[in-house]
Amino acid sequence: MINLGVIETRDKILAGETTCESVVLEYIQKIKSSKTNAVLEVFADAVDLAKEMDKKIKSGFKGKLAGVPIIIKDNILVKGKHASAGSLILKDYIAEYTSTVAQKLIDAGAIIIARANMDEFAMGGSTETSYFGKTLNPHDLTRVPGGSSGGSAAAVAENLCAASLGTDTGGSIRQPSSYCGMVGVKPTYGRVSRFGVIAYASSLDQVGPITKSVADNALLLEVLSGADINDETTEHLQVEEYTNYLNQDIKGMKIGVVKQVDNITKGLDTEKNYNDIKTFLKNNGADIVEIEIPHLELVLPVYYIIAPAEATSNLARYDGVKYTRRSEDAKNLEEIYKKSRTEGFGSEVKRRIMLGNYVLSSGYFDAYYNKARALQAKLREEYLDAFKNCDVILMPTATGEAYKLGAKSNPVDAYKEDIFTVSANITGLPCIAVPYGVGPNNLPIAMQFLAPHFEEKRLYKIADFVEKNKEAK
Amino acid sequence: MNYDVVIGLEVHAELKTNTKCFCSCKNESGNEPNTNCCPVCVGLPGALPVLNKFAVEQTIRAGLALGFEINKTAIFERKNYFYPDLSKAYQISQLVKPICINGSLRVGEKDIPINRIHLEEDAGKLVHANDGSTLVDYNRGGVPLIELVTEALQEPHIETADEAIEFLEKLRQVYIYAGVADCLIEKGQMRADVNVSLKPKGSKEFGTKVEMKNIMGFKSVHRAIQYEIERQRDILDDGGKIEQETRKWDDDKGISFTLRTKENSQDYRYFPDPDLLAVEIDDSIIENVKNTMPMLPQELKNKYMQEYGLSEYDADVLLQFKHVSDFYNDCLSGYNQPKTVCNWLTTEIMARIKTETGAGPILISKQNLIWLMKNVDDKKINRLSAKEVLSQIWGTDLNAEEEAKRQNLIIDIDTSALDGIVKQVVENNANVVSQFKETGDSKILNFLVGQVMKETRGKANAGDVMAKIKDIVNS
Repeated sequence: MINLGVIETRDKILAGETTCESVVLEYIQKIKSSKTNAVLEVFADAVDLAKEMDKKIKSGFKGKLAGVPIIIKDNILVKGKHASAGSLILKDYIAEYTSTVAQKLIDAGAIIIARANMDEFAMGGSTETSYFGKTLNPHDLTRVPGGSSGGSAAAVAENLCAASLGTDTGGSIRQPSSYCGMVGVKPTYGRVSRFGVIAYASSLDQVGPITKSVADNALLLEVLSGADINDETTEHLQVEEYTNYLNQDIKGMKIGVVKQVDNITKGLDTEKNYNDIKTFLKNNGADIVEIEIPHLELVLPVYYIIAPAEATSNLARYDGVKYTRRSEDAKNLEEIYKKSRTEGFGSEVKRRIMLGNYVLSSGYFDAYYNKARALQAKLREEYLDAFKNCDVILMPTATGEAYKLGAKSNPVDAYKEDIFTVSANITGLPCIAVPYGVGPNNLPIAMQFLAPHFEEKRLYKIADFVEKNKEAK
Repeated sequence: MNYDVVIGLEVHAELKTNTKCFCSCKNESGNEPNTNCCPVCVGLPGALPVLNKFAVEQTIRAGLALGFEINKTAIFERKNYFYPDLSKAYQISQLVKPICINGSLRVGEKDIPINRIHLEEDAGKLVHANDGSTLVDYNRGGVPLIELVTEALQEPHIETADEAIEFLEKLRQVYIYAGVADCLIEKGQMRADVNVSLKPKGSKEFGTKVEMKNIMGFKSVHRAIQYEIERQRDILDDGGKIEQETRKWDDDKGISFTLRTKENSQDYRYFPDPDLLAVEIDDSIIENVKNTMPMLPQELKNKYMQEYGLSEYDADVLLQFKHVSDFYNDCLSGYNQPKTVCNWLTTEIMARIKTETGAGPILISKQNLIWLMKNVDDKKINRLSAKEVLSQIWGTDLNAEEEAKRQNLIIDIDTSALDGIVKQVVENNANVVSQFKETGDSKILNFLVGQVMKETRGKANAGDVMAKIKDIVNS
């Protein structure tokens, strides 16, 4: 059972071939023997909830996710459960309310069985910055699973759950999905509620599903999407049935390839996969259209100004005064702040807090933050212009396969890894990472498709076609 | 040396709304600590603010009442600083695009320009416990505040402590009448920060500003400004330089002391709050606020003087407290005698409600007061008796008419009986009557009236009695 995806698991449970309880027990068993450190905690009530779900199903419940065991990232709140965002400062924090996304999963019948490891406060691309230790890539235990949703991606890849939730601020769902061979989606900004999700950079954060198949992903996003009165930034647009856009032909579909991306990709490990998929798409009747995003290379500086600026403010509330861990040495108010935060945050988080404070400081604000915001608007315009000539835009997800643990200890090297993923966050566009071939070490590599705002259905259509036909070439 | 004084004011007022600014907790005080809070106003992880649209409307209302322009698009920003009463370590406020810009308020003969009114959230409160520890109560956290800032760069300026107080009093009155804030000073619902600078008389260049924060009450504001003007004048007269700083006023000692100098001033690192959308304020919203704007003090004053013929003094007395003015209008709707009602309110009622700091509630119903006023006018009860009844029923559930009847104060004595009593009194006081004949002293006449009233136990009309006495005496 535990190698099955969301739809198969649900159908077998609903058909009475197995029970939610037995599937959950099987997963918990598997988690216990896992060597990847993908999971931080199995929730104590998982089996009880599964038993209740079996009763509910017997009495006719047919939710979209009936009985499906799901793992959530450690920054998504469920009332009464720990949520630490991979940080010492929130190590003992227990959520006092349930996030909208978790509630939607629960309402659809899913069982949230555990929480997954992550880079501290989602800052990182390898899950190596977690206070609770590194997570290993299930395909090669000497390599990183990617990040920051590395635990979520590794958990699905290792069959510790049917699917998981991650969050994506600069590629944190899609890059680990690529490294772990999974399907990951960063929805349009405003498609999914952020209420109850521990913020990193509020204008960029989105929750999204990590799954074994495109179909599973489409189903999960149907459940997660929608306006939320608790999140002003959610859009009041009707949620589409993304699963209706599967199994379609892509003949005549216009695939944009970005000139600047072609240049950057030259010589990278993903170059072969990127060129192969272009051929594959052309052979299957899609039109490859060359487009330009003139300022593409500036996405990184834009991202590394806006994200830390927001993060520095978002993380200020973890001050040792209220619910966060307080330094035992603190003797007065100033020491409560300084020592609690010095002890409680890891070095990557501190680096970004300092970066953010710097760019927001008086005298630097216009030179950095305002300039970055202006460029962000420019980039958004360039992408929207590009979409006048194509239906989706294709690009690699990462520069290559999952790298070795500790290989990117220089932060700037690590930041450069985000070159293909941050565009979607900076512009708010939806983006899917779907596996396409392997790299030099036989490890998975994913390609990305971007679509115009709220056109997730196009992503599912093209990615489903790629997934189902890639073997045929 | 002679100096020009320039005074700037930043005035915070708690808005009147049902709920807090960014969550659905109640906007009320007096609860047990930390019981009127939710994940949003306590700043729990993952909690997001959702703007209270009515708070925006109230801010627009405050702005329109003071002739402000309303920005079509307003933006909320984060003001970042650490303090335990600030749950998120940032305050949601407005810097670049506040809701209201460019207003003014008339003080004496000057229209004092006002830069802005913006909407922001209040912080919680620190409570210092007996054991030396400090506790935080977040009940007040997230309560909507409007901050008004006078325009420092444009003339005319507020130049004296008296003008500053007049500005604050008038502002308070406008807020109260517009229904945007209760402004109870003792509850901290209206607070002022003051800045003062001095420059050589006639100089175009401004002097160095010194700010004073957290001054409680208008009297203290007055004292603090006086103190600061003197302090700066002394320094300048001695050839010294004014340091740019923030000072704290100590009301007990009557002095201020340095809180922060420019070197360690805070950098609030404002930036747009990504959790909140820009607020689009279209004309229909502004129209709606205009259409629901209650009458403001100046309009009411004009009405009272022009339509009702009241003196400026009486109009000001009525308008000093909104509940008095409201009660006045309530009474008029049942008894349309503007001057009579005004007289009763400005004397009898004001005397009973006026306190050292303001005015308490009016503890008589409009029906009862109208009954008393009307029956005095109709000569059914004497003014003195009516005042007695007023005292009897004030603050009780008693009915004026029943009380007057119970005490037998209704004028119902018949003419022949009254004539008899008058005759009797005149005869019994022959000496006094002859004195009156000689001098025409009205005191003597009043004495005689009083005697008759005593005999009738107040049941005769004093005017009638006086006429009758004069008739007899002069015949």
